[in-house]
Amino acid sequence: MKLDARIPAGPLAEKWTRFKANVRLVSPANKRKYEVIVVGTGLAGASAAASLAELGYQVKSFCFQDSPRRAHSIAAQGGINAAKNYQNDGDSVRRLFQDTIKGGDFRSREANVHRLAEVSVNIIDQCVAQGVPFAREYGGMLANRSFGGAQVSRTFYARGATGQQLLLGAYQALSRQIGLGKVTMMPRHEMLDLVVEEGQAKGIVTRHLVTGELKTHAADAVLLCTGGYGNAYYLSTYARGSNVTATWRAHRRGALFSNPCFTQIHPTCIPVTGEYQSKLTLMSESLRNDGRCWVPKAKGEQRAAVQIPEGERDYFLERMYPSYGNLAPRDIASRAAKRVCDEGRGVGPTGLGVYLDFSEAIGRLGEATVRERYANLFAMYHEITGESAYESPMRIFPAVHYTMGGLWVDYHLMSNIPGLFVLGEANFSDHGANRLGASALMQGLADGYFVLPYTIGDYLSQQKPRGEKTDGPAFQEAMGATQARTKKLLGVNGRKPVSEFHRKLGKTLWDTCGMSRTKKGLEEGLAILGGLREEFWKDVKVPGSGADLNQSLEKAGRVADFLELGELMCRDALEREESCGCHFREEHQTSDGECARKDAEHSYVSAWEFKGEGKSEVRHTEPLSFEELALATRSYK
Amino acid sequence: MKLHLRVWRQQSRQSEGSFVTYEADGLTPNMSFLEMLDVVNDRLTKEGQEPIAFEHDCREGICGSCAMAINGEPHGPNAGATTCQVYLRSFRDGQTLTVEPWRAKAFPVIKDLVADRSAFDRIIQSGGFVSVGTGQAPDANAIPIGKGIAEKAFDAAHCIGCGACVAACRNSSAMLFVAAKVSHLGLLPQGQTERKQRVQKMVAAMDAEGFGNCSNQYACEAVCPKEISVEMIARMNRDYAGAVVDQI
Repeated sequence: MKLDARIPAGPLAEKWTRFKANVRLVSPANKRKYEVIVVGTGLAGASAAASLAELGYQVKSFCFQDSPRRAHSIAAQGGINAAKNYQNDGDSVRRLFQDTIKGGDFRSREANVHRLAEVSVNIIDQCVAQGVPFAREYGGMLANRSFGGAQVSRTFYARGATGQQLLLGAYQALSRQIGLGKVTMMPRHEMLDLVVEEGQAKGIVTRHLVTGELKTHAADAVLLCTGGYGNAYYLSTYARGSNVTATWRAHRRGALFSNPCFTQIHPTCIPVTGEYQSKLTLMSESLRNDGRCWVPKAKGEQRAAVQIPEGERDYFLERMYPSYGNLAPRDIASRAAKRVCDEGRGVGPTGLGVYLDFSEAIGRLGEATVRERYANLFAMYHEITGESAYESPMRIFPAVHYTMGGLWVDYHLMSNIPGLFVLGEANFSDHGANRLGASALMQGLADGYFVLPYTIGDYLSQQKPRGEKTDGPAFQEAMGATQARTKKLLGVNGRKPVSEFHRKLGKTLWDTCGMSRTKKGLEEGLAILGGLREEFWKDVKVPGSGADLNQSLEKAGRVADFLELGELMCRDALEREESCGCHFREEHQTSDGECARKDAEHSYVSAWEFKGEGKSEVRHTEPLSFEELALATRSYK
Repeated sequence: MKLHLRVWRQQSRQSEGSFVTYEADGLTPNMSFLEMLDVVNDRLTKEGQEPIAFEHDCREGICGSCAMAINGEPHGPNAGATTCQVYLRSFRDGQTLTVEPWRAKAFPVIKDLVADRSAFDRIIQSGGFVSVGTGQAPDANAIPIGKGIAEKAFDAAHCIGCGACVAACRNSSAMLFVAAKVSHLGLLPQGQTERKQRVQKMVAAMDAEGFGNCSNQYACEAVCPKEISVEMIARMNRDYAGAVVDQI
């Protein structure tokens, strides 16, 4: 299969401008004849649904939560990047582009990333106009801070709740369109299948989570804005409901899945405390502006942190990466934390933790300033651990946080199934093998506000509006398959609750396809997961019926899909015989333990094709060519 | 650690509910309240019973999904925290906890601890926004906004829409929720153009949903997980009165 990314011709910095100038349009009078389905109401979904409705398209928006405002974008803490250069510190579109490509360890597409950097400035304008209360300086101008992987301050923020404020901005724009009758909003609906009619995406199957009703919906295009799949690991910073089902079901209908092994492990999360744990909580990367990471120099140190003298502390990020220090990118900081813990110098009851210390910042700035910057994060830390980070350092450890992999899309954000568009974290496109902090919010909103509203017109202008009829064979087949699957889940009637399978899947992935990976480990992981999948379909217990609110049934369907995805993640990691960004294969490292990329063999995007039940997936590749930036060894030293 | 639970079980919106008693054993103080419910639910599943339905998602206090009263207190005993941020160290070993959904006419119970809070969405749809289309915005720094105003607007905008304010109010009033959005947008220059229409539309929508009136008991402020001040209600009342007077 040849993958055509449809990247416009011309110099990199002019591609998007030229694309917009030449893109085919749908006239205002015709837009209302087209139906667009948008699944998911996070930053990408809400911004796309609102923008498309403003343009005049008929939009149907779906989310599994009780309200579109609850999508997990709400939980993003630290900030959003934009190349505004308001700080006069040398930032530019070019520099944001370069930082993002380098941050992703040269495994993303130049053209997509440059476009992202270009539209980043419009996002901030849009959000401010909506009333997003970004942090301000005393003179009334917007404030910035710095994030990992950058040497400029380009991150806009609203205390420690930037995602909440941006999502509420998009939610309000969406609500306005719902109020105007231009968007039909369907909360508490979960997408369970994609309808592909004559090779094009033309609809979805949903389950109403309160009544259990299964229903088909038709449209001229389908947008999946359903987020990432990090909950495959069970323990993560994701919301409990975040799942892969929408994208996985589309994958089984033919959409290619790219780079599934690229998962971001965030360095600063609150460590695991027990078996019962359901969730890991992130402590925003912004804390590394003022917090310093350290462990004791000696193994087996028993003293409390504050009693360990300065000379006996190892500020390991500052030591290993002097030019970026505590603001080294996430993959690098996480691996460094793992390394010092593997050496036996980890802190806390499990030995899986490092200190994040604010005493120097409190001394330099005063407690009041530190409180103003991070009060809600310190309060969260206190609630969970019962400890005060003003008095002693936080204990942190890496945790699964984001997935760079996702459905393959071209420059138009369209998958290989015509009419199926994928936005935000759900696609693979912009972050390569490692996402920089404060870039997820940027990408979600870029896709929804400023990219898709242009590219979708190019597709729809070539389509005849199909109308709302859902009686064709493709719809009936998808409906039948969903009914059968629901019945099958309810009918296993085994002994074990879904959570037991999910935990085991998560532990297997964490151990074999986590921060460091080996051929042997991945093969073992695959063997375990194969057995686990079989056991699931023999022994899972899903009480209740399909005809009302049944949270066990919801979870079972999602975990069944995670089990299949988990195997694909391991296979992708196995076949990528190099180390890059988050993907660290122990066999491929430099003498000082850094990633050894193999550009000649592996400078590509993997794109997996589902070949049918019980058959091996087939890997295709889209070669990456770097025309503007020279492929370089990433260094933050 | 051990807890005795009295949990509200209700099959559907139409059916009648009742309290059912469960024993939760083998707990540790570092477990969250919701993790304790997970453990109980896994046990019920193994015994072939339907687990307790409850809403939760981010489990870090920001999505606003979790919504239950513990011993009559919305979100439980901790100030400034959602249910998912309550840890068992807040309770005594052997304590009895009564767990129930939000109780309000405008929030009908769907099942067990799950209530329908879509009324809040409809209130926002009536006017809780700035009418600016994608692409229409001027440069973000074109309008300076004083730090104090931006901070105050954030305090209001931080509302997570959980509905605890309604659950705590003896009149089931949604005034704190509505006032938070009215204040957030009314404080900022971007929200001025529609300020008067907004407050009138949102108050009308709130009344139409069947929420009660405010009688200044401040129970809403006491339970708000984001500690939003009742000052916002005063600000909304002033805006509302001003908007009505302007029409005369």
